[in-house]
Amino acid sequence: MIVSLEPRVAAPRWLAPAAVVAAVIAALVSGGIVIAIAGGDPIRSYAHIFVAAFGSIGVVSDTLVKATPLILTGLACAVAFRMRLWNIGAEGQFLMGAWGASAVVLLPILPAGTPGPVLIPAMVVAGALAGAAWALAPGILRARLGVNEIITSLMLNYVALFWVQYWVFGPWSEGGFQQTRPFPPEAWLPRLTDFAAGNPMLGGLTVHLGLVFGLIAAALLWVVLERGRWGYELRLTGDSPAAARYAGINIGRTIVVVFLVSGALAGIAGMSEVSGVVHRLQDRISPGYGYTAIIIAYLARFGPFRVVVAAILFGALILAGREIQPSGVPAMIQGFVLFALIVAEVLVKYRVRIGRPAASTA
Amino acid sequence: MDLTLVLAAGIGLGTVLLFAAVGEIFAERAGVLNLGVEGMMLIGAVTAFSTAIATGNPWLGIVLAMLAGGALSLLHAIVTIHLRADQVISGLALTFLGTGLARVLGEGLSSAGSVALLPRLTVPVLSSVPVIGPIFFRDQSVMAYIGYLLVPAAWLWINRTRPGLHLRAVGERPSAADAQGIDVVRTRYAYVLVGGLLAGLAGATITLAISPGWFGDLTVGGRGWIAIGLVIFAQWSPIRAAIGAYLFGAIFRLILDIQGLGSILGAPNPFGAGRSTTFFLEMLPYLFVILVVVAGSRGALRRRLGAPAALGRPYVRGERGD
Repeated sequence: MIVSLEPRVAAPRWLAPAAVVAAVIAALVSGGIVIAIAGGDPIRSYAHIFVAAFGSIGVVSDTLVKATPLILTGLACAVAFRMRLWNIGAEGQFLMGAWGASAVVLLPILPAGTPGPVLIPAMVVAGALAGAAWALAPGILRARLGVNEIITSLMLNYVALFWVQYWVFGPWSEGGFQQTRPFPPEAWLPRLTDFAAGNPMLGGLTVHLGLVFGLIAAALLWVVLERGRWGYELRLTGDSPAAARYAGINIGRTIVVVFLVSGALAGIAGMSEVSGVVHRLQDRISPGYGYTAIIIAYLARFGPFRVVVAAILFGALILAGREIQPSGVPAMIQGFVLFALIVAEVLVKYRVRIGRPAASTA
Repeated sequence: MDLTLVLAAGIGLGTVLLFAAVGEIFAERAGVLNLGVEGMMLIGAVTAFSTAIATGNPWLGIVLAMLAGGALSLLHAIVTIHLRADQVISGLALTFLGTGLARVLGEGLSSAGSVALLPRLTVPVLSSVPVIGPIFFRDQSVMAYIGYLLVPAAWLWINRTRPGLHLRAVGERPSAADAQGIDVVRTRYAYVLVGGLLAGLAGATITLAISPGWFGDLTVGGRGWIAIGLVIFAQWSPIRAAIGAYLFGAIFRLILDIQGLGSILGAPNPFGAGRSTTFFLEMLPYLFVILVVVAGSRGALRRRLGAPAALGRPYVRGERGD
């Protein structure tokens, strides 16, 4: 039997989105089989995930809280991946962003008692700068020396984790525990529940301003990438470096700028998490947001608004997944999703023919 | 701190990296980049550990771990060789899948409980050779000895045998290899599988020989990625990979030993156990990987150093370029 792939001359418009949906379904089925083998009940697990993530307004709010860092880190990956730059250091850039924002309060960079309208923008800037700084080295090494950015950005994730651990175990430790003292309320991003006094409906809703950061970032990126000259340069450089050079694009500088933007977005995600959710720095503030972001960016095919949708789905998976056993199910499903997407992409690009190749192509 | 002991322990820790790196060298020599080493190692680690607990037979654990790593690698092979998907993304997917699967399978396992470990051996005559004996041949895990045999065997296979010649041809100029009648697809499948088997073995070596126990993702803790960095450092040579692996093993050991010192050069040890400054020591291996990759991957240099020319590119018969 011969299996051959023939490029599709023109794929119908519905095929690509249909393939993504089919990939997600295939991943859920594969994950269900493994859950069943491991002795679980896949249907109950999935039903539980759905109810636990979307069953009431309260849990929808919790899902959006989990989706917030995923939107920002997902955008961070999408902007780099669009140029075929594999920045898989969003996890480390997220941690450094969280550290940078914490430093404003704890180092302290701004004195205690600084009002929120000054403090919070300063924390956003510090988080973005720290994240961008962490992405700078992989970017420069790739642009100048052609060093594989996958390994450098990934290794820096481990370094960032140790850096945060140093601060939370050492200088910033609260009474020897692995966390800093809580931030003062001026350093907290406003949540819906903070306005419950005026509107009791909002009580207990923990969605915070970070979600708005994510949506603004998605809109800005959409304008820049889809409508601007820079987005065109990015795509051209990613698809065909030779053509980009011919078009007069400074490739090295574009690479570094993309890494800086990517790192800054992931850094803001870290800021949003410490300021909007945890209200202090801990070493375990991320259950792997920066890694999930890779799959989100890919699932969204690098489109900013599609990143938001994918991030909400994965936010649901992470939120509900905490309660189902075995605990590795969300990570496993993420792996299946990515594999299924790869296969789906191939099936969109090529027609699979079993048997002899068609005579016309021989 | 006894340097001999550091180096001897470095051999054990390095053996893990060695298996994974040599496996990746085989796959990359055939032209297939597999970034899923971390995932395959985790699957190997959990398979070996749970098998040894269930059956009391660590050797069965080793065999099943290799098969599990091999099975995952075949997924990568199908997707990248037959379906021509991007090798980078497929490798990342393999890491996610392996990590998630390992966590599901490892649910409930812990470092506690007695598990049958692989034996440690002292070689009678060789262990009394000065310097070399105590480092390489005294009270080492049996896996370390397998590593000693694997390195020259891999070197000979790649450089001195006909199948090794075919392997290099497939990684350098697949179209020329194809014209010579070498089955490019089958060769690539075979060596991606070898990479998976060895990554599974590396994972099993962690849980059944070097640092027994199951600690979730931290069981492997990035060592799969370090192995990939080592391949670049090693310039795709098993012998240089062994040197690098043992060196990294010794660095890991040194980090532990430095924390145990009361004083350094008469001054109180700033990196003593329990101090938060030890986290700076923990960063070192990962920073060192970056240095090593920078040193090994400069464009022109890299070509001279022997990166397989067709690395990362799918082969399609009759298409322009190879």
